[in-house]
Amino acid sequence: MNAILSLKNVCYSYHTADGETEALKDINFSVSPGSFTAVVGASGCGKSTMLSLIAGLIAPSSGEIYFNGVPASQSNMHIGYMLQRDNLFEWRSVYRNVLLGLETQKKCTPEKLELVDHMLGAYGLAPFKNARPSQLSGGMRQRAALIRTLALEPDILLLDEPFSALDYQTRLEVSDDIARILKEQDKTAILVTHDISEAIAMGDQVIILSTRPGRVRDIVNIRLTVPGKERTPFNSRSAPEFSSYFNKIWKELAQ
Amino acid sequence: MSEEQSQFLRRQKCYKTAVTLVRALIFFGFAALWEIAAQLDWINAFIFSSPSRIARTFLDMLNDGSIFNHISITLGETLLSFVLILVFGIGIALMLWLCGPLSDVLEPYFVILNSLPKSALAPMLIVWLGNNAKAIIVTAVSVAIFGTVLNIYTSFTGTDPDKIKLMRTLGARRLQILTKLVLPASINTIISNMKVNIGLCLVGVIIGEFLAAKSGLGYLIIYGSQVFKMDWVAMSIVILCLMSMLLFKLTDIVQRLVMRIF
Repeated sequence: MNAILSLKNVCYSYHTADGETEALKDINFSVSPGSFTAVVGASGCGKSTMLSLIAGLIAPSSGEIYFNGVPASQSNMHIGYMLQRDNLFEWRSVYRNVLLGLETQKKCTPEKLELVDHMLGAYGLAPFKNARPSQLSGGMRQRAALIRTLALEPDILLLDEPFSALDYQTRLEVSDDIARILKEQDKTAILVTHDISEAIAMGDQVIILSTRPGRVRDIVNIRLTVPGKERTPFNSRSAPEFSSYFNKIWKELAQ
Repeated sequence: MSEEQSQFLRRQKCYKTAVTLVRALIFFGFAALWEIAAQLDWINAFIFSSPSRIARTFLDMLNDGSIFNHISITLGETLLSFVLILVFGIGIALMLWLCGPLSDVLEPYFVILNSLPKSALAPMLIVWLGNNAKAIIVTAVSVAIFGTVLNIYTSFTGTDPDKIKLMRTLGARRLQILTKLVLPASINTIISNMKVNIGLCLVGVIIGEFLAAKSGLGYLIIYGSQVFKMDWVAMSIVILCLMSMLLFKLTDIVQRLVMRIF
């Protein structure tokens, strides 16, 4: 096995004055390079906590996270994290927002700047380089946030419900955009969502988490046939297998 | 431009002119009433002074040059204490933010010191520091510093936790989170705080000058009232009005400059 990421018996508990809350318990799963993993579960089941663990923002209470078989503490894997809200800074122009990660890591090299310029052009933001974030639409803001994350050229991209703040129409468009961008750049991605359709449409595998404490209830591999068309999230929704996957995951979540 | 739009603009302009006109009317009306009341002996001009007496006093002091001394001393002390508050206020707030336990320990002290009437401190400060400008400046600083620290620190801690998380996902250290997120996000609070402070500094300096000074507008007011030179008192108050207006305008300009940088 050559998983780029694997979690072995990962547990995490929150500590507050009122007591201990188990957020995640015995999480085991692997992600192969270049694949798209979707994690579904009810709100409060520890989905976001799992991403924070993978990103190294917090350490597991027990268990271990491995990148390419190396424990996380010794690995220098680059991880990109896209939060639910775009969090663009209003006092910076769109361009300077996109450079934020490169600035903090002191990586503003000519090659990186060229990559950023290329991405801004490719994803339709070049004319808005000097605009303020408030002048962008919701979808454009989310694309700017994606470029900010991708500018650091992460090996693994974590997506924490990045579409949930968008209206439905924009949501479908941006999902397609982001899936295409990730495929082009051959990125490994993990998407957290509570939207079952979105998980099936975008994921190669769907991990179903139980309610708190979150455990892996099932891992479903998604195989969709979209004859004569590219498998974009939008086209996936009309695949014949879609509804049976939906029912299967729906039932497991409701258990 | 459509007819309606130009009509709208005309109405707007009309309104603005009217506001300015009424403002000026109030000012000149008040001054005229005061002058007439003094001339016709409705009020005792020796006690209440009058615009013409104020102007004469001002011209006299302009001629012997003493007014420049008084104004420059009060203005200098105000500006110096303002700068000190700016530097120490932001500095201490930064320190508290960077060191969580320190802020937990010190917070009640800041709250107490902030609600203490600072004029109560002034006599003690003068005994400690002497009858000089040092005591006056420390008094002025003490008036505004605690509120400034609390205000700015509260703004720092109010930074959106989601944005802090974002900075951490981008690999930012605490100092970078401070310079790239916390400070720019608080710039509005800092500036509006400074606008309040410039007025408080003037209050502090005048309190200080009441107690310990041989020159300055505060000294002129207290000395004038003691020797019944009410013209000095009234003139000093008019100059203070102009000075605080000017200082407020100055912070306004600084605000615009700073906003353009960010």
